[in-house]
Amino acid sequence: MTGSSIVDHSVPTTSSGNASSDVVMEHALERSLAASREVDEPSSEVVRFTDQPLELDGGQVLDAFQVAYCTYGTLNADRSNAILICHALTGDQYVASRNPVTGKPGWWEIMIGAGKPIDTDRYFVISVNILGGCLGSTGPASINPATGRAWGLEFPVITVGDMVKAQARLIDHLGIDTLFAVVGGSMGGMQVLEWAARYKDRVFAAMPIATAPRHSAQNIAFHEVGRQAVMADPDWLAGSYFEEDRTPRRGLAVARMAAHITYLSEDALERKFGRNLQDRAGKTFSFSADFQVESYLRHQGSTFVDRFDANSYLYITRAMDYFDLAADSDGKLAKAFEGTRTRFCVISFTSDWLYPTRESREIVQALNAVAANVSFVEIESDKGHDAFLLDEPELFATVRGFLGAAARKRGLTAP
Amino acid sequence: MLARKDPPVGTQLHRVDHLLIADMVAEGARVLDVGCGDGALLQLLEERKKVDGRGIEVTREKVNACVAHGLSVIQGDADRDLDKYPDKAFDYAILSLTIQATRHPRPVLEQLLRIGRHAIVSFPNFGHWWIRTQLLFTGRMPTTVNLPEAWYDSPDAHLCTIRDFVDLCRVVDARVEHKVAFNASGQQLGTWLPLTIHNLVGEKAVFLLTKS
Repeated sequence: MTGSSIVDHSVPTTSSGNASSDVVMEHALERSLAASREVDEPSSEVVRFTDQPLELDGGQVLDAFQVAYCTYGTLNADRSNAILICHALTGDQYVASRNPVTGKPGWWEIMIGAGKPIDTDRYFVISVNILGGCLGSTGPASINPATGRAWGLEFPVITVGDMVKAQARLIDHLGIDTLFAVVGGSMGGMQVLEWAARYKDRVFAAMPIATAPRHSAQNIAFHEVGRQAVMADPDWLAGSYFEEDRTPRRGLAVARMAAHITYLSEDALERKFGRNLQDRAGKTFSFSADFQVESYLRHQGSTFVDRFDANSYLYITRAMDYFDLAADSDGKLAKAFEGTRTRFCVISFTSDWLYPTRESREIVQALNAVAANVSFVEIESDKGHDAFLLDEPELFATVRGFLGAAARKRGLTAP
Repeated sequence: MLARKDPPVGTQLHRVDHLLIADMVAEGARVLDVGCGDGALLQLLEERKKVDGRGIEVTREKVNACVAHGLSVIQGDADRDLDKYPDKAFDYAILSLTIQATRHPRPVLEQLLRIGRHAIVSFPNFGHWWIRTQLLFTGRMPTTVNLPEAWYDSPDAHLCTIRDFVDLCRVVDARVEHKVAFNASGQQLGTWLPLTIHNLVGEKAVFLLTKS
């Protein structure tokens, strides 16, 4: 069951006796242990806020919370070259450095680094694990100081706005007044929009990528399927699985499998897998993973559960479902951006059906309605929503060009 | 909007109508270039007049090239997207060699006059004597260096003469603040010459308008 292509090294097997699957299990266990270590004591930088309670959009208050983050590059003398990177649903702060749980390179190394489109020789890059996450920022897997146990479902339901407020505390802590840019894709793009709407004077340039001004009924529907899969797992234990040292692995894996389909496109699936069989000459007339696409999804599911907390997944998907920037501004999206002086660059991908171009266009039209400075680029790609994470030369050219022009306007000095 | 009219970004050979438009635009103004192509005019205006420039362009590849060159451009359509802008959002709303390729020139011009304190429109003059001569002697739709495509291939659905455009200005209540026509070698025709001569000898024209 092992091979060279990405679709091969995966299929969950029932024969626990053989040596290679023992190794697989051992690695999975190691990753799970590493993941649980990272929840409260991350390998990255972390700031603990103990005397500045965070008022949440839901009305509750987090008396103490922590924000885990990484930085790359050097902050210049007038602290004007900082770029905040906001991550998507299952991302983390390790954008351009090795992930301590998976051991894999940073998830956006193709974009961020010396000489890359987001050039760490010029810019000071800050990437933050979101509030509600599970790699060092406070979330449902963190210890609730009031009880000494993990929060679990006692953790308050949070919003994308709450994530951004927590990030703003970190930016204050770092002594940065105005961010040169805020950049993010998918849910990261929602945070970018929240930043631009809530902190108009603190964002010089904003790049919301492959995102939407609100979660659509279809988006909410897919998330609900994922959440129900987690909750239907007998190991979920109404969110308190950690107390009995269990994990709703199957439920979370199914949630990830369903979600992963929405990140791709029909063309990409067809091109990558078609109806190809997985290491077998013919159909087995069973329910094992005959097709490569099944094997691929099972792999996506099983590796995901080793690195991600199931409750965290529930909370973050909920926060995304609640996201509706217009609703917070009397139903008028344009009102959210009134008075903005931020330079925007909105980017969408032709084959992204999760956050289709028309939703990016709504953002652009709202920005036009307040005569904001906005660029809008739709990039031709058949890779679906995930295109923003992949090798897309037009995306790189756009990011480089937009940031370069913004840097000239801002009169950025090299660090 | 039209592939043929744009020199590559960064070349120093500026189009005559671009230079005339640049003369009309005040320093540091807010400018919207509708149908900005690959951004040559925006770039010229940013360099020479330090404008706060934006563009709308229908062709995706050109939009992406503009943004990669640091211009603020969105993918959009003159016929469809101008109504999204608030009144007087710009000091100048520009339509350079684009109006003849729109589906509905009149509402486009009205939108231009609404969102800009000034509108600047340049267009090829179909009343030029050479065009008239071709039509008269060949009995076919004329083609020129500036209008090279056959009628069935041309994106220019609404060609007009300078006199036609003056009429349209009257219809949409636009006041002509300034108008310039120039001949094939790029020489401006004297403003003292009568409209009839401009319409006969001018190859292209640039109008500066306001809502009266």
